[in-house]
Amino acid sequence: MQVRLEPQGTQLTVSGRRRVGDLVQSLGILAGTVMVIRGDALLTDDEFVDDADTIELRAVISGGLA
Amino acid sequence: MKCKRCAEKAIVQLRSHNTAFCKPCFVFFFQRGIERAITRETMFTHEERVLVAVSGGKDSLALWDALADLGYDTEGLYLGLGIGGYSHASERKARAFAERRGLRLRIVALDEAEDGLAIPSVAAATRRPPCSACGTFKRHHFDRAALAGGFPVLATGHNLDDEAARLLGNVMHWQLPYLAKQRPVLAPTHPRFVRKVRPLYRTSEFESATYAFLRGIDYVVEECPNSHGATQLVYKDLLNRLEHTMPGSKLAFVGDFLSRGLPLFAAAPEVADLGECERCGMPSAGAICGYCRLVAEVGRRRAQAVAHS
Repeated sequence: MQVRLEPQGTQLTVSGRRRVGDLVQSLGILAGTVMVIRGDALLTDDEFVDDADTIELRAVISGGLA
Repeated sequence: MKCKRCAEKAIVQLRSHNTAFCKPCFVFFFQRGIERAITRETMFTHEERVLVAVSGGKDSLALWDALADLGYDTEGLYLGLGIGGYSHASERKARAFAERRGLRLRIVALDEAEDGLAIPSVAAATRRPPCSACGTFKRHHFDRAALAGGFPVLATGHNLDDEAARLLGNVMHWQLPYLAKQRPVLAPTHPRFVRKVRPLYRTSEFESATYAFLRGIDYVVEECPNSHGATQLVYKDLLNRLEHTMPGSKLAFVGDFLSRGLPLFAAAPEVADLGECERCGMPSAGAICGYCRLVAEVGRRRAQAVAHS
Protein backbone atom coordinates (compact mmCIF):
# COMPACT_ATOMS: atom_id res chain seq x y z
CA MET A 1 0.00 0.00 0.00
CA GLN A 2 1.00 3.62 -0.46
CA VAL A 3 1.36 5.57 2.77
CA ARG A 4 1.76 9.34 2.74
CA LEU A 5 2.93 11.18 5.85
CA GLU A 6 1.59 14.72 6.20
CA PRO A 7 2.60 17.46 6.57
CA GLN A 8 6.09 16.13 5.73
CA GLY A 9 4.88 14.88 2.34
CA THR A 10 6.89 11.66 2.74
CA GLN A 11 5.70 8.75 0.60
CA LEU A 12 6.23 5.14 1.72
CA THR A 13 5.35 1.74 0.31
CA VAL A 14 4.27 -0.88 2.84
CA SER A 15 3.40 -4.44 1.88
CA GLY A 16 0.94 -6.82 3.47
CA ARG A 17 -2.52 -6.74 4.98
CA ARG A 18 -2.47 -5.48 8.56
CA ARG A 19 -4.45 -3.65 11.18
CA VAL A 20 -4.24 0.14 11.23
CA GLY A 21 -2.86 0.12 14.78
CA ASP A 22 -0.07 -2.24 13.70
CA LEU A 23 0.73 -0.10 10.64
CA VAL A 24 1.06 3.04 12.74
CA GLN A 25 3.19 1.26 15.35
CA SER A 26 5.44 -0.31 12.72
CA LEU A 27 6.26 3.16 11.43
CA GLY A 28 7.32 4.27 14.91
CA ILE A 29 4.39 6.66 15.27
CA LEU A 30 2.51 7.04 18.55
CA ALA A 31 -1.23 6.36 18.38
CA GLY A 32 -3.20 9.53 18.88
CA THR A 33 -0.63 11.73 17.19
CA VAL A 34 -1.95 11.12 13.67
CA MET A 35 -5.28 10.71 11.93
CA VAL A 36 -5.39 7.69 9.65
CA ILE A 37 -7.27 8.60 6.49
CA ARG A 38 -8.35 6.40 3.57
CA GLY A 39 -10.10 8.42 0.87
CA ASP A 40 -12.47 10.66 2.77
CA ALA A 41 -12.84 8.31 5.74
CA LEU A 42 -11.10 8.02 9.08
CA LEU A 43 -9.93 4.61 10.20
CA THR A 44 -9.79 3.20 13.72
CA ASP A 45 -6.95 1.00 14.98
CA ASP A 46 -8.86 -2.28 14.57
CA GLU A 47 -9.57 -1.86 10.84
CA PHE A 48 -7.53 -3.65 8.19
CA VAL A 49 -5.63 -2.06 5.33
CA ASP A 50 -4.00 -3.91 2.46
CA ASP A 51 -1.80 -3.52 -0.59
CA ALA A 52 -4.45 -1.85 -2.73
CA ASP A 53 -5.01 0.99 -0.27
CA THR A 54 -3.67 4.53 -0.28
CA ILE A 55 -3.39 5.80 3.25
CA GLU A 56 -2.64 9.24 4.64
CA LEU A 57 -1.20 9.61 8.13
CA ARG A 58 -1.83 13.24 9.04
CA ALA A 59 -0.06 14.58 12.12
CA VAL A 60 -2.24 16.45 14.59
CA ILE A 61 0.51 18.08 16.64
CA SER A 62 0.82 21.81 16.36
CA GLY A 63 3.94 23.61 17.47
CA GLY A 64 3.01 27.18 18.22
CA LEU A 65 0.60 28.82 20.57
CA ALA A 66 -2.51 29.77 18.66
CA MET B 1 -15.40 -1.04 16.89
CA LYS B 2 -18.80 0.40 17.75
CA CYS B 3 -19.92 3.86 18.76
CA LYS B 4 -20.43 4.03 22.53
CA ARG B 5 -23.49 6.27 22.17
CA CYS B 6 -25.48 4.67 19.35
CA ALA B 7 -23.71 1.33 18.60
CA GLU B 8 -23.23 2.22 14.92
CA LYS B 9 -19.80 1.64 13.37
CA ALA B 10 -17.26 3.87 15.09
CA ILE B 11 -14.84 5.97 13.04
CA VAL B 12 -13.06 7.74 15.90
CA GLN B 13 -11.33 6.05 18.82
CA LEU B 14 -10.51 8.17 21.86
CA ARG B 15 -8.12 6.27 24.09
CA SER B 16 -7.97 9.01 26.69
CA HIS B 17 -11.72 8.66 27.26
CA ASN B 18 -11.77 4.89 26.66
CA THR B 19 -14.48 5.37 24.08
CA ALA B 20 -15.27 5.50 20.36
CA PHE B 21 -17.83 7.36 18.28
CA CYS B 22 -19.48 7.47 14.88
CA LYS B 23 -19.37 10.82 13.06
CA PRO B 24 -22.60 12.40 14.39
CA CYS B 25 -21.91 11.26 17.94
CA PHE B 26 -18.31 12.55 17.83
CA VAL B 27 -19.48 15.97 16.64
CA PHE B 28 -22.01 15.96 19.49
CA PHE B 29 -19.30 14.89 21.99
CA PHE B 30 -16.88 17.58 20.78
CA GLN B 31 -19.38 20.43 20.89
CA ARG B 32 -20.84 19.30 24.21
CA GLY B 33 -17.33 19.29 25.69
CA ILE B 34 -16.82 22.89 24.64
CA GLU B 35 -20.23 23.91 25.96
CA ARG B 36 -19.47 22.26 29.29
CA ALA B 37 -16.07 23.96 29.53
CA ILE B 38 -17.66 27.35 28.84
CA THR B 39 -20.36 26.78 31.46
CA ARG B 40 -18.14 25.16 34.09
CA GLU B 41 -15.57 27.95 33.96
CA THR B 42 -18.11 30.75 33.38
CA MET B 43 -16.24 31.84 30.26
CA PHE B 44 -19.02 33.78 28.52
CA THR B 45 -22.73 33.79 27.83
CA HIS B 46 -24.85 33.75 24.69
CA GLU B 47 -25.48 37.46 25.27
CA GLU B 48 -21.80 38.43 25.01
CA ARG B 49 -19.90 39.08 21.77
CA VAL B 50 -16.90 36.79 21.50
CA LEU B 51 -13.81 37.59 19.45
CA VAL B 52 -12.21 34.32 18.32
CA ALA B 53 -8.51 34.51 17.43
CA VAL B 54 -8.06 32.30 14.37
CA SER B 55 -4.78 31.22 12.82
CA GLY B 56 -6.13 29.14 9.94
CA GLY B 57 -5.14 26.00 11.86
CA LYS B 58 -7.32 23.15 13.08
CA ASP B 59 -7.83 24.26 16.68
CA SER B 60 -8.99 27.81 16.19
CA LEU B 61 -11.18 27.02 13.17
CA ALA B 62 -12.72 24.00 14.93
CA LEU B 63 -13.41 26.20 17.94
CA TRP B 64 -15.00 28.93 15.84
CA ASP B 65 -17.11 26.37 13.96
CA ALA B 66 -18.35 24.81 17.20
CA LEU B 67 -19.10 28.16 18.87
CA ALA B 68 -21.09 29.27 15.84
CA ASP B 69 -23.02 25.99 15.86
CA LEU B 70 -23.70 26.38 19.58
CA GLY B 71 -25.31 29.73 18.88
CA TYR B 72 -22.68 32.07 20.32
CA ASP B 73 -22.25 35.58 18.91
CA THR B 74 -18.77 35.36 17.40
CA GLU B 75 -16.42 37.24 15.12
CA GLY B 76 -13.03 36.00 14.00
CA LEU B 77 -9.72 37.82 14.25
CA TYR B 78 -6.83 36.86 11.99
CA LEU B 79 -3.41 38.37 12.64
CA GLY B 80 -1.16 38.25 9.58
CA LEU B 81 2.34 37.68 10.93
CA GLY B 82 4.13 38.13 7.62
CA ILE B 83 5.75 34.68 7.70
CA GLY B 84 5.95 34.28 3.93
CA GLY B 85 3.93 31.59 2.23
CA TYR B 86 2.84 30.13 5.56
CA SER B 87 1.02 33.33 6.51
CA HIS B 88 -0.51 33.67 3.05
CA ALA B 89 -1.86 30.12 3.19
CA SER B 90 -3.15 30.64 6.74
CA GLU B 91 -5.01 33.80 5.82
CA ARG B 92 -6.58 32.11 2.79
CA LYS B 93 -7.87 29.27 4.97
CA ALA B 94 -9.26 31.65 7.59
CA ARG B 95 -10.96 33.81 4.93
CA ALA B 96 -12.41 30.78 3.12
CA PHE B 97 -13.79 29.33 6.36
CA ALA B 98 -15.43 32.62 7.36
CA GLU B 99 -16.97 33.02 3.93
CA ARG B 100 -18.27 29.46 3.85
CA ARG B 101 -19.83 29.79 7.30
CA GLY B 102 -21.09 33.35 6.71
CA LEU B 103 -19.10 34.65 9.69
CA ARG B 104 -17.37 38.01 10.04
CA LEU B 105 -13.58 37.97 10.05
CA ARG B 106 -11.41 40.90 11.11
CA ILE B 107 -7.90 40.95 9.68
CA VAL B 108 -4.91 42.75 11.16
CA ALA B 109 -1.77 42.49 9.05
CA LEU B 110 1.78 43.13 10.16
CA ASP B 111 2.62 44.59 6.81
CA GLU B 112 6.26 44.27 5.84
CA ALA B 113 5.94 46.80 3.05
CA GLU B 114 4.24 49.41 5.24
CA ASP B 115 5.99 49.33 8.60
CA GLY B 116 8.52 46.52 8.37
CA LEU B 117 7.12 44.73 11.40
CA ALA B 118 6.59 41.25 9.98
CA ILE B 119 7.83 38.59 12.39
CA PRO B 120 10.84 37.32 10.38
CA SER B 121 12.35 40.77 9.96
CA VAL B 122 11.63 41.72 13.59
CA ALA B 123 13.37 38.53 14.75
CA ALA B 124 16.31 39.19 12.45
CA ALA B 125 16.66 42.82 13.51
CA THR B 126 16.50 42.08 17.24
CA ARG B 127 18.27 38.70 17.08
CA ARG B 128 15.47 37.22 19.17
CA PRO B 129 13.83 33.85 18.56
CA PRO B 130 10.88 34.41 16.19
CA CYS B 131 8.47 32.81 18.70
CA SER B 132 9.40 35.40 21.33
CA ALA B 133 8.62 38.33 19.06
CA CYS B 134 5.52 36.54 17.76
CA GLY B 135 4.08 36.09 21.27
CA THR B 136 4.61 39.76 22.12
CA PHE B 137 3.00 40.90 18.88
CA LYS B 138 0.05 38.52 19.19
CA ARG B 139 -0.77 39.57 22.76
CA HIS B 140 -0.60 43.25 21.83
CA HIS B 141 -2.70 43.04 18.68
CA PHE B 142 -5.26 40.64 20.16
CA ASP B 143 -5.75 43.00 23.11
CA ARG B 144 -6.00 46.06 20.87
CA ALA B 145 -8.45 44.44 18.46
CA ALA B 146 -10.70 43.20 21.27
CA LEU B 147 -10.68 46.62 22.89
CA ALA B 148 -11.28 48.50 19.62
CA GLY B 149 -14.14 46.19 18.68
CA GLY B 150 -15.83 46.45 22.07
CA PHE B 151 -15.61 42.72 22.73
CA PRO B 152 -15.77 41.69 26.40
CA VAL B 153 -14.05 38.37 25.73
CA LEU B 154 -11.31 36.94 23.52
CA ALA B 155 -11.27 33.18 22.85
CA THR B 156 -8.18 31.34 21.65
CA GLY B 157 -7.72 27.81 20.34
CA HIS B 158 -5.24 26.59 22.96
CA ASN B 159 -6.00 22.91 23.44
CA LEU B 160 -5.34 20.28 26.11
CA ASP B 161 -1.96 19.42 24.60
CA ASP B 162 -0.92 23.08 24.64
CA GLU B 163 -2.03 23.43 28.25
CA ALA B 164 -0.31 20.22 29.35
CA ALA B 165 2.95 21.23 27.62
CA ARG B 166 2.80 24.69 29.17
CA LEU B 167 2.10 23.20 32.59
CA LEU B 168 5.02 20.81 32.26
CA GLY B 169 7.30 23.69 31.26
CA ASN B 170 6.12 25.81 34.18
CA VAL B 171 6.62 22.93 36.61
CA MET B 172 10.04 22.08 35.19
CA HIS B 173 11.22 25.58 36.00
CA TRP B 174 8.88 26.21 38.97
CA GLN B 175 7.52 29.36 37.41
CA LEU B 176 5.32 30.27 40.37
CA PRO B 177 3.72 33.44 38.91
CA TYR B 178 2.94 31.57 35.68
CA LEU B 179 1.55 28.58 37.57
CA ALA B 180 -0.66 30.94 39.58
CA LYS B 181 -2.30 32.23 36.41
CA GLN B 182 -2.39 29.07 34.28
CA ARG B 183 -6.13 28.72 34.04
CA PRO B 184 -8.69 28.57 31.22
CA VAL B 185 -10.16 31.96 32.10
CA LEU B 186 -8.04 35.03 32.72
CA ALA B 187 -10.02 37.91 34.16
CA PRO B 188 -8.96 41.35 32.91
CA THR B 189 -6.41 43.00 35.19
CA HIS B 190 -6.89 46.43 33.62
CA PRO B 191 -9.91 48.24 32.13
CA ARG B 192 -8.26 48.10 28.69
CA PHE B 193 -7.86 44.33 28.84
CA VAL B 194 -10.68 41.88 28.09
CA ARG B 195 -11.42 38.45 29.53
CA LYS B 196 -9.33 35.75 27.82
CA VAL B 197 -10.69 32.23 27.59
CA ARG B 198 -9.55 28.85 26.30
CA PRO B 199 -12.64 26.72 25.63
CA LEU B 200 -10.52 23.83 24.25
CA TYR B 201 -8.49 23.41 27.44
CA ARG B 202 -9.89 19.90 27.95
CA THR B 203 -9.98 19.03 24.23
CA SER B 204 -6.98 17.21 22.75
CA GLU B 205 -5.49 18.23 19.45
CA PHE B 206 -6.38 14.81 18.08
CA GLU B 207 -10.01 15.65 18.83
CA SER B 208 -9.85 19.12 17.25
CA ALA B 209 -8.08 17.75 14.16
CA THR B 210 -10.66 14.98 13.89
CA TYR B 211 -13.52 17.46 14.29
CA ALA B 212 -12.05 19.72 11.62
CA PHE B 213 -11.62 16.79 9.24
CA LEU B 214 -15.14 15.46 9.80
CA ARG B 215 -16.68 18.92 9.41
CA GLY B 216 -14.85 19.49 6.13
CA ILE B 217 -12.89 22.41 7.54
CA ASP B 218 -9.98 23.16 5.24
CA TYR B 219 -7.20 24.11 7.65
CA VAL B 220 -3.46 24.65 7.34
CA VAL B 221 -1.86 21.26 7.92
CA GLU B 222 1.68 22.61 7.66
CA GLU B 223 3.17 23.96 10.83
CA CYS B 224 4.79 27.35 11.24
CA PRO B 225 8.33 27.09 9.79
CA ASN B 226 9.64 28.77 12.94
CA SER B 227 8.29 26.06 15.25
CA HIS B 228 10.99 23.49 14.43
CA GLY B 229 12.95 22.72 17.57
CA ALA B 230 10.55 24.66 19.79
CA THR B 231 10.72 23.62 23.44
CA GLN B 232 6.97 23.18 23.48
CA LEU B 233 7.31 20.36 20.94
CA VAL B 234 9.80 18.56 23.20
CA TYR B 235 7.30 18.71 26.06
CA LYS B 236 4.50 17.55 23.78
CA ASP B 237 6.57 14.57 22.67
CA LEU B 238 7.25 13.58 26.27
CA LEU B 239 3.57 13.90 27.14
CA ASN B 240 2.51 11.90 24.08
CA ARG B 241 4.81 9.05 25.12
CA LEU B 242 3.28 9.11 28.57
CA GLU B 243 -0.21 9.25 27.08
CA HIS B 244 0.57 6.27 24.86
CA THR B 245 1.43 4.16 27.90
CA MET B 246 -1.18 5.66 30.22
CA PRO B 247 -4.14 7.02 28.24
CA GLY B 248 -5.82 9.95 29.96
CA SER B 249 -2.59 11.24 31.52
CA LYS B 250 -2.73 14.68 29.87
CA LEU B 251 -6.34 15.22 30.90
CA ALA B 252 -5.54 14.17 34.47
CA PHE B 253 -2.39 16.32 34.58
CA VAL B 254 -4.22 19.50 33.57
CA GLY B 255 -7.52 18.70 35.27
CA ASP B 256 -5.95 17.77 38.61
CA PHE B 257 -3.69 20.80 38.48
CA LEU B 258 -6.68 23.10 38.07
CA SER B 259 -8.70 21.45 40.83
CA ARG B 260 -5.96 20.65 43.35
CA GLY B 261 -2.69 22.28 42.32
CA LEU B 262 -3.70 25.77 41.22
CA PRO B 263 -5.11 26.81 44.64
CA LEU B 264 -1.71 26.10 46.18
CA PHE B 265 -0.07 28.62 43.85
CA ALA B 266 -2.68 31.33 44.31
CA ALA B 267 -0.49 33.05 46.92
CA ALA B 268 2.40 33.42 44.46
CA PRO B 269 3.62 37.00 44.03
CA GLU B 270 1.30 39.04 41.83
CA VAL B 271 2.65 41.09 38.97
CA ALA B 272 2.93 44.81 39.62
CA ASP B 273 -0.14 47.01 39.23
CA LEU B 274 -0.64 47.89 35.60
CA GLY B 275 -0.53 51.42 34.29
CA GLU B 276 -0.77 52.48 30.65
CA CYS B 277 1.99 52.56 28.07
CA GLU B 278 3.10 56.11 27.26
CA ARG B 279 3.27 55.28 23.56
CA CYS B 280 0.32 53.06 22.69
CA GLY B 281 -1.92 53.46 25.73
CA MET B 282 -2.28 49.74 26.33
CA PRO B 283 -1.80 48.28 29.83
CA SER B 284 1.81 48.03 30.94
CA ALA B 285 3.76 47.28 34.10
CA GLY B 286 6.33 49.91 33.10
CA ALA B 287 6.27 53.28 31.36
CA ILE B 288 6.62 51.57 27.95
CA CYS B 289 4.94 48.23 27.21
CA GLY B 290 6.81 45.19 25.93
CA TYR B 291 5.41 45.62 22.42
CA CYS B 292 6.51 49.26 22.10
CA ARG B 293 9.91 48.41 23.55
CA LEU B 294 10.30 45.72 20.90
CA VAL B 295 9.20 48.05 18.10
CA ALA B 296 11.66 50.69 19.34
CA GLU B 297 14.43 48.10 19.45
CA VAL B 298 13.73 47.16 15.83
CA GLY B 299 14.05 50.81 14.80
CA ARG B 300 17.22 51.29 16.81
CA ARG B 301 18.92 48.18 15.41
CA ARG B 302 17.96 49.05 11.85
CA ALA B 303 19.37 52.55 12.26
CA GLN B 304 22.60 51.08 13.63
CA ALA B 305 22.81 48.70 10.69
CA VAL B 306 22.38 51.56 8.22
CA ALA B 307 24.99 53.64 10.06
CA HIS B 308 27.49 50.79 9.88
CA SER B 309 26.88 49.97 6.23
